[in-house]
Amino acid sequence: MNAAYVPLSAFDVALAAVFLVLNGALSIRFQLGLERRLAISAARMVVQLLLIGLLLKTVFAISSPWLTALVAAAMVGFAGYEVRARQSRRLAGPWGFGIGTGAMMTAGVMVTVFALTQIDPDPWWSPRFALPLFGMILGNTMTGVSLGLDNLSTAFWRERAAIEAQLLMGRTRWEATRPFARAALRAGFMPIINAMAATGVVSLPGMMTGQILSGVDPQEAVKYQLLIMFLIAGATGLGVLGAVLLQVARLTDERHRLRLDRLRAQT
Amino acid sequence: MLSIRNLRAAAVTADRLDLARGECVVLTGPSGGGKSRLLRAIVDLDPSTAEVTLDGTRREAIPAPAWRRRVALVPAESGWWADRVSDHMPGGDPRPLIEALGLPAEAAGWEVARLSSGERHRLAIVRALMGAPEYLLLDEPSAALDADATRRLEALLAERRAGGLGLVVVTHDREQAERLGGTRRTVAGGRLAPADAPRSRATA
Repeated sequence: MNAAYVPLSAFDVALAAVFLVLNGALSIRFQLGLERRLAISAARMVVQLLLIGLLLKTVFAISSPWLTALVAAAMVGFAGYEVRARQSRRLAGPWGFGIGTGAMMTAGVMVTVFALTQIDPDPWWSPRFALPLFGMILGNTMTGVSLGLDNLSTAFWRERAAIEAQLLMGRTRWEATRPFARAALRAGFMPIINAMAATGVVSLPGMMTGQILSGVDPQEAVKYQLLIMFLIAGATGLGVLGAVLLQVARLTDERHRLRLDRLRAQT
Repeated sequence: MLSIRNLRAAAVTADRLDLARGECVVLTGPSGGGKSRLLRAIVDLDPSTAEVTLDGTRREAIPAPAWRRRVALVPAESGWWADRVSDHMPGGDPRPLIEALGLPAEAAGWEVARLSSGERHRLAIVRALMGAPEYLLLDEPSAALDADATRRLEALLAERRAGGLGLVVVTHDREQAERLGGTRRTVAGGRLAPADAPRSRATA
């Protein structure tokens, strides 16, 4: 590592929040009503990151495969909860949580394990590699999956007559829902496609910026960033595809009916 | 022969309903009585438990898409999924049918978004007939039609019946029920009244 690494003091970090405070003041001045939400989410971020820093330090020190798996499982649980909360119409019962969570977990674990066997740290499940990787992959998959699922159930709800008209003409459930499944897949893929297109031209990705700021050679940082982006894109794709197809299957049935009765409007 | 026994679906039941090809059953009854739900259950668009057979073959033994091609439904509110009318037609030339219902032949090329409700409904019936079903279930087919269009529709249905099409028609129009002929049945309070009940005769 280069000698250029500058440790940050707590004061440096607090000072960086000065513009956020300015935003809050502006919100109060112009009655935008955002100050509460800004303050709460900023406070949440501080607490969550401080805790995860502490937790990761402990987990790295203990370095147990079971503890690593447990932390990963907790991350999946939070991501699943988040996906469920971001949907305006979600499936009733355990499916509302299960489909998004299952798809994210399968895609995330598969891609992370694949990456770890390629990077090959010692041991391969080393939490210092596994957890940050899994977190980045899971976080992006979560965004894609929640967009895809929300888009799909909203479209099914709105286009009920169009879907049922096709079913009545003797089309299968897959044929009748194809345009809406396609649109949902596009919605889920869009953030990662945009991110890949803009990265390096418009934005320097957060992970790479962090590495460069902490003194890593930019070319090394780029390699890691590319690796991460490929993994994220792969996992997002698999996760969105799996979640949307499962949701189509659940919102229809084996007799090719549209089953909107399995949806629940958010209260 | 389309035969329905002990049908139980959400908010509607029917103990017995038989329909041979070329026959017609007219369903009447108050709004919200379950007529539309009964039709949806017959085409298997809503889940139901029932012994439904077509020429002796159980419904469960026929894949649902094939079932709905043989026993077709035109709901009161027609759905459209593409931009032009012609994109919805299952193949073949729809123009003779379109003209038979009093619309110009070029209606096939019209944009769906610009159709009136009466045009939509007639074109939805054309769409269903183009699929050459054995039985056709119509939910308030002339609700949005003027007298002339209604007569044309009834004439076309009579012609198709003569060709072997079995019909179930939901209507609120007493006179239309008379003109269609066939068996009159009442659906009220979520139940298809028995065929030999005095009430259904009394209203005839």
